[in-house]
Amino acid sequence: MWIAYKTIVIKEILRFARIWVQTIVPPVITTSLYLLIFGGLMGGRIGQMQGIDYINFIVPGIILMTVIMQSYANTVSSFFMTKYNNSFEELLVSTTPNWIILLGFVSGGIARGFCVGLAVTLTISFFVEIKIFSLLIIAATFLLTSIMFALAGFINAVFARTFDDISIIPNFVLLPLTYLGGMFYSIDILPSFWRGLSAFNPIYYMMDAFRLGFLGIGTVELWKAFLVPFSMIIVLAIIANTLLNRGVSIKTE
Amino acid sequence: MSLALSTDSLVKTYSNKLEALKGINLKVEEGDFFALLGSNGAGKTTAIGIIAGLLKRTSGEVIINGLNQKNHSHEVKKMIGLMPQEFNFNPHEPNIEILINQAGYFGIPRKEAKTQAETLLKKMELWDRRFDVAQSLSGGMKRRLMLARALMHKPKILILDEPTAGVDVEIRQSMWHYLRQLNNDGMTIVLTTHYLEEAESLCRNIAILSHGVLVEQSNMKKLLAKAKRQVIIIDTIEKITGKIEIQNCDCKVLEENTLQVSQGEEISISDVVSALSDQNINVSHIRSSQNRLESLFLSLTS
Repeated sequence: MWIAYKTIVIKEILRFARIWVQTIVPPVITTSLYLLIFGGLMGGRIGQMQGIDYINFIVPGIILMTVIMQSYANTVSSFFMTKYNNSFEELLVSTTPNWIILLGFVSGGIARGFCVGLAVTLTISFFVEIKIFSLLIIAATFLLTSIMFALAGFINAVFARTFDDISIIPNFVLLPLTYLGGMFYSIDILPSFWRGLSAFNPIYYMMDAFRLGFLGIGTVELWKAFLVPFSMIIVLAIIANTLLNRGVSIKTE
Repeated sequence: MSLALSTDSLVKTYSNKLEALKGINLKVEEGDFFALLGSNGAGKTTAIGIIAGLLKRTSGEVIINGLNQKNHSHEVKKMIGLMPQEFNFNPHEPNIEILINQAGYFGIPRKEAKTQAETLLKKMELWDRRFDVAQSLSGGMKRRLMLARALMHKPKILILDEPTAGVDVEIRQSMWHYLRQLNNDGMTIVLTTHYLEEAESLCRNIAILSHGVLVEQSNMKKLLAKAKRQVIIIDTIEKITGKIEIQNCDCKVLEENTLQVSQGEEISISDVVSALSDQNINVSHIRSSQNRLESLFLSLTS
């Protein structure tokens, strides 16, 4: 099982590494633009947020957004492509258990989230001095976030029938939730109704914990910030594994 | 001889209500070279898909070397190598990686997989193309790559779904030679093909599927013996001017030097040649108009 798992992970890493111009370069360029526009040009006029210079305040959000989008994108595109070119049959005829297949694809998502997240962090370090309050909190938040969104991407791919189906969720759900999760602002500045609504956005908790890891400031208790993604991971993992075991959209009914 | 593969009342009804298999009882002996024939839509690929674990069955059992597929999925999968009809690999992946990864999915360490991949790629004459991506290969090369992939985990039973479709004559002959070699080494091979001469030449036992029902299952020789008539084409040295009559045969003059003879089962080719010679017609060349299996296949499936 370990060999099968390793095989899937290596295959996934090689896949996104081979197309690095599509997978690594665009987020790095987008990040540089975010920093230039929101941090450099507008940040000076905004001043401080929660007592932190605006350009520093948005750094954790930008990195986390990259992790979310890349972890999701990796599993959704990779698993959808294996369905599309029928290469998933290579796994179906093999002795690899379904949970190992799921673990392999999710690990691929984590790996891409990590690689691109690291590339973005290094790019940011050219513009801003990156502060680190707790590496442990950063690592834990990264892991929980990337696992959660890799699982979500996997489920999206199971149901996807066309290429459109794999871009709808990232564009119309993930991106708005990330922006509304406090990427560019503190939830404290919102009117109470919107602040209450934000409590239902899971990205808000991850964003808050990630910011705590970098800047030492947070609005939610850390255990709560970890409990939300952890619970979601459990639910999503059960759904994804059940879908695989039932062969939904993989084995012809 | 023990059975390598058997199915018991295997039924497959798709969600669109199409009954692809209507309770087939297939029996393949260990070490056999077995042909599973049927026209398009007969249910061959569905049967193979269920046996290999790609499709869910509606009911019935699949037994591989005495193990029920339902309860021993892991062991059963280890014993089966599948070469499907459709190309089903990542076209952007290097050929050698496709093979090594497949071995990895079966738990074979990378080092061992590399050696096995090298052996198979050389055997399939693809070694020089090992670092090329699969989409750059020709149709025949892709088929050979899929055969190599099916053999990576050294299965006991090899299932080939149309293995030589689109493969040129030379490569087809070398694939036949290799498949015979594998069979001689003890591997059970199940073959579906539209080339009936391929089945006739390679296989010892045969089953014919028609509309999801097994209409025939027997020894190839016995089945061919059932083919009562054989049609041959005879080229003659002399021009045929009149009507030709041979006892127990139907003769038809196709051209002035060509005759079509439909032989009765009790008449041999030498009887036909002698009968023609008695009528002062000498034979220059004889060939089969339709292979015997083909005519039998048509009579069973029509």
